[in-house]
Amino acid sequence: MSDTDAQRRQFLKTSLGAAAVAIAPGMLLFETARGNTEAASSKVRWGMLIDTAQCTQGCNDCVTACNKENGLSGGTAPTDSQWIRKIDLKDISSGHELSLPMMCQHCAEPPCVDVCPTAASFKRADGIVLVDRHRCIGCRYCMMACPYKARSFVHEPLTDQKPDVPRGKGTVESCTLCVQRIDKGQQPACAEACKNKAILFGNLNDENSEIAKKVRSVVSVQVRADLQLNTGIRYQGL
Amino acid sequence: MRLLVSLLLCLCIPMTWAADANAPKLDIGKGGHCVRDPQWMRKNHMHLLIHQRDETVRKGIRDDQVSMKNCVDCHASLKDNSVIARDDSFCVGCHRYEAVKIDCFECHSSKRQTALAMKDEK
Repeated sequence: MSDTDAQRRQFLKTSLGAAAVAIAPGMLLFETARGNTEAASSKVRWGMLIDTAQCTQGCNDCVTACNKENGLSGGTAPTDSQWIRKIDLKDISSGHELSLPMMCQHCAEPPCVDVCPTAASFKRADGIVLVDRHRCIGCRYCMMACPYKARSFVHEPLTDQKPDVPRGKGTVESCTLCVQRIDKGQQPACAEACKNKAILFGNLNDENSEIAKKVRSVVSVQVRADLQLNTGIRYQGL
Repeated sequence: MRLLVSLLLCLCIPMTWAADANAPKLDIGKGGHCVRDPQWMRKNHMHLLIHQRDETVRKGIRDDQVSMKNCVDCHASLKDNSVIARDDSFCVGCHRYEAVKIDCFECHSSKRQTALAMKDEK
């Protein structure tokens, strides 16, 4: 690099710095403090692989983490919201027991979306099935259509909701795969909280992702695969 | 002469509007100039919010500048960290005056994030 080049570079650097200092106070700071302005893309298909062998009986860490992250009460009465629940299974003939988390399966062909009369239930481009509460009229068709009993209805007025997770009376809700975290590049709260690493979260469409590799190499099943909903949540060892 | 008087009148009317004695005096919190100027925002904030809510919920575009969370963060009262707690709170003050019902806060948090985070830690 010649001497003149170096001088030019130095000049550009200093003048840019001076310009930034001159403009910085005021609006520019807000302009640069933008969050995620990119829309969810259909190149991504978010999914989970749940390894039932790693999921210990009696451990409720994923449920607790979900309740904390999303501001749920944690109650289990029929009228309480439950986005994720632990279920215990027992094969009667062999006595083999299993415990696993069950939540919205984020179907590629979600029945809840099919039946929603207001298009409040919808599937985001990246495969996450959500309720748009601005449109939800609380008719609960989606709750009846869901084969996984994954959706809850909010019966009572709520207070002190989380800023990232608005929830309110008269609308249906369910596991959102923690969209507010995913959009920031984080993992869903349940996957992060699972100390046995039973929940593997990732992009099913990216063949180099850990989850895609594992789905290729181990046998995993979809719950009620006969319904051909192509769920985003898969179970290993079920 | 008549022309002059009418001109003067024309000038006076907007001034009397501007100095509306009953206009609510709001606790604007931190305030500041973020999105657009206050007069524009008074008229149009709902259009921004309704547009942004669809972008965020349905497409996952989480632009901080016009997000409900960030609006509340700046405009919540410095006394009680809320935009709806008192009669002069930022949102409630105007909405009562204009008799427009807001139901945003039946679902959305009306409190400043940092205040909520501190409460969580305790």
